[in-house]
Amino acid sequence: MTFSILGARLVSPHDGLDQTADLHIEAGKVVGIGQAPVGFHAASTLDAGGLVASPGLVDLSVALREPGYSRKGSIASETRAAAAGGVTSLCCPPLTRPILDTPAVAELILDRAREAAHCKVYPIGALTRGLEGEQLAELVALRDVGCVAFGNGLNPFPNNRTLCRALEYAATFGLTVVFHSQDRDLALGGLAHEGPTASFLGLPGIPETAETVALARNLLLVEQSGVRAHFSQLTSARGVEMIAQAQARGLPVTADVALYQLILTDEALAGFSSLYHVQPPLRTRSDREALRSALKAGVVSAIASHHQPHERDAKNAPFGQTEPGISSVELLLPLALTLLEDGLLDLPTLLDRLSAGPARALGLPGGRLAVGTAADLVLFDLDASTVAGERWLSKGENSPFIGHCLPGAVRYTLVDGRVTFSG
Amino acid sequence: MTPLDAKRPLQLNDQGQLRHFLSLDGLPRELLTEILDTADSFLEVGARAVKKVPLLRGKTVCNVFFENSTRTRTTFELAAQRLSADVISLNVSTSSTSKGETLFDTLRNLEAMAADMFVVRHGESGAAHFIAEQVCPQVAVINGGDGRHAHPTQGMLDMLTIRRHKGGFENLSVAIVGDILHSRVARSNMLALRALGCPDIRVIAPKTLLPVGVEQYGVTVHTDLAQGLKDVDVVIMLRLQRERMAGGLLPSEGEFYRLFGLTTQRLALAKPDAIVMHPGPINRGVEIESAVADGAHSVILNQVTYGIAVRMAVLSMAMSGQAAQRQIEQENAQ
Repeated sequence: MTFSILGARLVSPHDGLDQTADLHIEAGKVVGIGQAPVGFHAASTLDAGGLVASPGLVDLSVALREPGYSRKGSIASETRAAAAGGVTSLCCPPLTRPILDTPAVAELILDRAREAAHCKVYPIGALTRGLEGEQLAELVALRDVGCVAFGNGLNPFPNNRTLCRALEYAATFGLTVVFHSQDRDLALGGLAHEGPTASFLGLPGIPETAETVALARNLLLVEQSGVRAHFSQLTSARGVEMIAQAQARGLPVTADVALYQLILTDEALAGFSSLYHVQPPLRTRSDREALRSALKAGVVSAIASHHQPHERDAKNAPFGQTEPGISSVELLLPLALTLLEDGLLDLPTLLDRLSAGPARALGLPGGRLAVGTAADLVLFDLDASTVAGERWLSKGENSPFIGHCLPGAVRYTLVDGRVTFSG
Repeated sequence: MTPLDAKRPLQLNDQGQLRHFLSLDGLPRELLTEILDTADSFLEVGARAVKKVPLLRGKTVCNVFFENSTRTRTTFELAAQRLSADVISLNVSTSSTSKGETLFDTLRNLEAMAADMFVVRHGESGAAHFIAEQVCPQVAVINGGDGRHAHPTQGMLDMLTIRRHKGGFENLSVAIVGDILHSRVARSNMLALRALGCPDIRVIAPKTLLPVGVEQYGVTVHTDLAQGLKDVDVVIMLRLQRERMAGGLLPSEGEFYRLFGLTTQRLALAKPDAIVMHPGPINRGVEIESAVADGAHSVILNQVTYGIAVRMAVLSMAMSGQAAQRQIEQENAQ
């Protein structure tokens, strides 16, 4: 199969590329930028004048809900939604039922993802069996079937010695550990950022220290064990400051934030809408500004959707009885373009944080657009707009952005040169 | 980006009248004063030999209590009965939810029985908002206490008590003492006092029992009882739950009483004509000395009496506001 995309603005920050040129694809790979290679004949062409072509987005956290939570989503439905958001590669967290702590579960996910063929899926395995923090999962066996990193989600380790050993074991084999830093006890029973909004609403608070105390411990143990670490879903100004300090010390740690944390604050909770119930919680304006600055500076090198689809019933109760999470992957690109609209980042930097940045953080292929790389890309129209929810592919309708008019519109998503979404 | 549903006045109808009573947040002073004036007129009903007015005749009021309560539920029942409504009281903590029914389904079932009004108490903050917004917007919803968030009829009955004993709010100093953090009564009182123009609202508690950012209510914070009580006109004591000793919020009931308990001696620091209030049930010897609870300054039992009148006022106002809204919506639909 040969294929040419004509006249798009090609933007790939990792490759230093930002020019309007033709892109030539053969057998799922980019074979030419600008001039077609000698002997290349395009079987078909796509006129992409006026569109931006970027490396396909790489999303470090998309809950696919399969196996185990088919009411909330399936591998087919959620990877399809991801393709609509411009995503070509994604990582799925280990909180499935059964937990992703055995090669069998990883293989099942990978098989179904291949069958669905909407996105490349890279599972994150459980660091401990059942995510219980007691006994290590078979990390090497999981790596061998395709797990790219290991984490324990928000599930705490009951003791620091086990955590320390888990990190040392992972370090032995050069594995990457993903941390969600939230101290169990400081966050216990909490539903919202501990601050004036939660106090006013009478919602039990989760203090900023729930993040920073856990983060401080995790950073020290990472330094001691020498494990490669990625810090996911940071929420606080102090938290990103600690990551910046660790990086300045030379610790090779990376970090991501949830896209919604860059947009929403805890003020959204007034009115008790369960759509804003997330864990870790939405924090203050000044936290949001610090997350934005850290993203701009590159301290935070990845934006992730932290997509958590839910069935309607999961959100249909008083705030404290609802399940946390936002269904967000489907809007990843248009929602991220609000950051461009706000003047926070230029387009190449934004696209870097959505593609090459996350790919580098977990050592994934993807995030590039150069001769020889896989033809994973997204073509979008910067001048058009997307009415969120007009079309909805995820099983989870739990998005507070539905109804909003967002900048930009995804026109085509391609994985290995094959169109996985067109809109 | 602002949420689409931000700051919609959920509890008011298109003409600015009450259609639900969920929280005192955002209610204008005139409306609060109207509630107090209406309650004043109902107090006279309670003093008559025949204690009934026909305002809610033919209407069905459902008391749905997901948390135990004696005083609040009983006074709501009496209020509805004195307005001639048919009243059903359900103690849901011991019935359907234990069979796994969700709040949504419980309320929908009651709505199907043609209830016109729900009085709801629930342990989750925001439960009344959820019911009014998501479950049955056509039924008037009265918040009988939701989690730590609000207890607006208690707030208003406290205001009625203060107004009847002090004449107004403009020159008053009011101290709220005790477990502010977990108290929906404290939150509703702070909002009401501020909205009604009280210039000096003080909260007195150790840091472990104060919500972060309590200053947003326009209050001054004291951690010393003697200092906080100086020259106040009104002392509102809060109930201290036994379970607060676990988890490190307080060392013991004894130490709390030593530091924050209201004794005759400490009450002497307040103005000579100060009144002492408590939402009940009181813990004698934990937050309040018996001599104070039963003494000349105490208006704790008056609060209970006024509670019926305030609830009559709120029930009748919300029922008429909800009916008016339904009529407007029907006309618009036609």
